[in-house]
Amino acid sequence: MTRQIHLAAHFPGVNNQTVWTDPTSGSQIDFASFEHFARNAEKGLFDYIFLAEGLRLREHRGRIHDLDVLGRPNTLAILAALAAVTDHIGLVGTLSTTFNEPYELARQLATIDHLSGGRVGWNAVTSSDAFHGANFRRGGYLAHPDRYTRASEFAEISKALWASWHPDAIVADATTGEFLREDGITRVAHTTRLFDVDAVFDVPGSPQGRPVIVQAGDSADGRDFATAHADVIFSLHTEFADAQQFYRDVKGRLAARGREEDSLKILPGATFVLGDTDAEARERSREIALAQVRPETAITYLEQIWNRDFSGYDADGPLPDVEPDTGSEHAQGFANRHAAIRARIDQLRATAASENLSIRDLVIRLTANHTFVGTPDHVAAEIDRYVQQRASDGFTLIGHLSPHGLDEFTEKVVPLLQERGSYRRSYEDGETLHDLLELEPVGVREPANR
Amino acid sequence: MTERVHIAVGLDGAGWHPAAWREATARPTELTSPGYWRDQVRAADAAGVVFATLEDALSLGGRSYEADAETRRDRARGRLDAVLLASFLAPLTERIGLVPTVTTTHPEPFHLATGLQTLDFASRGRAGARFVAGANEQERANFGRRTGDSTGLDAVARSGSPASTPPRVEQSAHWQAAFREAGEVIEAVRALADSWEDDAIIRDVATGRFLDRDRVHNVDIDGEFFAITGASIVPRSPQGQPLVTVLAHQTVPFRLAAQHADVVFVTPQDADRLAPIVAELDAASAELRAEPERLRVFADLLVVIEDTRAAADQTWARLQERATLVTDARVIVGTPGDIVDEIRALAAAGVDGVRLRPARQPADLVAIAEQVLPRAAAAGILAPDDGAPTLRERLGLPRPVSRHTRQETRA
Repeated sequence: MTRQIHLAAHFPGVNNQTVWTDPTSGSQIDFASFEHFARNAEKGLFDYIFLAEGLRLREHRGRIHDLDVLGRPNTLAILAALAAVTDHIGLVGTLSTTFNEPYELARQLATIDHLSGGRVGWNAVTSSDAFHGANFRRGGYLAHPDRYTRASEFAEISKALWASWHPDAIVADATTGEFLREDGITRVAHTTRLFDVDAVFDVPGSPQGRPVIVQAGDSADGRDFATAHADVIFSLHTEFADAQQFYRDVKGRLAARGREEDSLKILPGATFVLGDTDAEARERSREIALAQVRPETAITYLEQIWNRDFSGYDADGPLPDVEPDTGSEHAQGFANRHAAIRARIDQLRATAASENLSIRDLVIRLTANHTFVGTPDHVAAEIDRYVQQRASDGFTLIGHLSPHGLDEFTEKVVPLLQERGSYRRSYEDGETLHDLLELEPVGVREPANR
Repeated sequence: MTERVHIAVGLDGAGWHPAAWREATARPTELTSPGYWRDQVRAADAAGVVFATLEDALSLGGRSYEADAETRRDRARGRLDAVLLASFLAPLTERIGLVPTVTTTHPEPFHLATGLQTLDFASRGRAGARFVAGANEQERANFGRRTGDSTGLDAVARSGSPASTPPRVEQSAHWQAAFREAGEVIEAVRALADSWEDDAIIRDVATGRFLDRDRVHNVDIDGEFFAITGASIVPRSPQGQPLVTVLAHQTVPFRLAAQHADVVFVTPQDADRLAPIVAELDAASAELRAEPERLRVFADLLVVIEDTRAAADQTWARLQERATLVTDARVIVGTPGDIVDEIRALAAAGVDGVRLRPARQPADLVAIAEQVLPRAAAAGILAPDDGAPTLRERLGLPRPVSRHTRQETRA
């Protein structure tokens, strides 16, 4: 049987992948940009749009990074607004388990699920560094090894809250005056080293029962969290053989959790460049890469690794022949950090030397290596091949322009995927995000009254 | 000349009367549905309501005065997060200001600030917030994490009546701290809103710089209750800062409003008793106010509206028989004309606006939109909508210049 392709649309991020120097580049923050992006993705019948999270502005060597797009909305608020201007597409946001609390985040996600008629998803991410923590009440409070312990408990508490209103909790009998059934809401208590919650949830059960849960970490702990809690993995494995291996590894862990293989979808992040011929696509890919990695971008990239000022270097010249600044030898963790940075630099030098790459070409190779480059036919065939041969269940597509980056994909590639019989031809009314992703429904549904 | 005032509405679930959900016109099973809120806020928008506040709280019992609010089962329960509900309503409405209630005790001030800035972008300049201090026991248990925290506040029991809720704030260290924290949260929201200057994004292709980092400023807040280092993640929004509103009944909240708010909601029991409230606010403003603009005063009225007084009395009797309303606000039971008379009296007494709290939703909100607003306009007491692009400007409040831009100008 033909396996169905699932696509997510990643709003262009605050990094050098997003080309702002192009004359067609629009605002990264005006609502009209988000509205256009979401409507195009809905026209292309994507499963969901995907937003990253901002906890603090990026800095470079102690100053705000000024070369890339910067500034973005609050993830939850923009998703709620997008629920109003879309009808079918899923709305997935990246939200930290470290700098949120379960009760509040659970009610926020349940709110969007109600407002969207069952279309919300949560990309649960962990972080524990003092840099981001400096914007939050508790600072960098969480020990690094506790990140996934907290994330896992956070997910457990959230799931319990989402399930805590019984399907028939609301009686609303005007004659008797009974609004809630006496035992209609289950109290959720969770007391551990990391949490002390004794909660009564205040949002009724939402259309999906709970949001779709996405996970993006690649560590062993991350994969463990995914097999325990996630419905979708946003992976980085895009090279075919590597993708197949990752797919087998993760799906192979599901049986031990009592889960079916298709209950967890793997949607690697992917970029694409289209052309009327393969040669034209390759040429465009090179042009886009040069816009993504301008000389100053390339120098900055190396400065981040070396922690040194390279403003005097030529981006078209060879790698700097100097030692990195790895901080004080007396600082905690110096030896490990020093070894890791040295290993990274040795690897960069080897790559550059073997192919005689300049600084800029090396950084292009590392950050602007487009996943699918070719004619629409070629790109459609490649995406289908990955899915049919179980290297992925689809992709999280990342355009290089805001907000029009995926327009071309919708227009040219989606019809070809449909012709191949592996992509939907329309949405059905009343489908939830669980339905779009071919996931088993959770809990009960309420009429959305749209 | 007749004084003209703005008319706002305060929306809460099935309405402000605890028996409202039992009315034949009520939609008690739709309180968390998108259509319920879209229909009502669009109706208010079309009628010329200047803004709608949306109630919220972080526990099942919410801000009810009833001591057993968390456990009783005969009251309408279940709600949506107000900032997100407002964000959803933003693209669906044209002119109306969207003013969600936010609790200042548990949520992260950074998330609150960026959420309100995003609401301002999504509504194209119509965002505000009603800041509420303090937390009850159940809210604290729901969050959990601040137990034993050095900055944590002691929880307080519900008082059972508005007259004593809170008891005089001066007598309670807990409430005093809660109001100090509320002030700190408001100032953090304003500081983060100012952290990007309006012209920070330069897109200078020649130098490869997307923004001028000298025009983006870390806030470096180190307060009694929390610290925030960085600038906002959100560029400066259409209004510059969201409209800051506070409901106040006594000295310490009056002082919070005078020091930090753009708009204060007050609850005089009649127009004559407005004067001492305004006098106290004026005195507090003279002492504390740093905002360049005068504090705007809105008087709250809780309304039951029918076409005749007899019908209104009958409705009121039916509601009160089923549940007794306990409220801080003056209650008006009457015809649309009676409501307009009351608004006229308050206008003459000097308020800038009136916030009507419908006892029943949607019934009394529909009456406000279809009857009260047109009559107030006809009577010449409704401030007209002159098409100002943002909520602040519609209220006569100029767009705040970023504090950093101000500093440069002075230098």
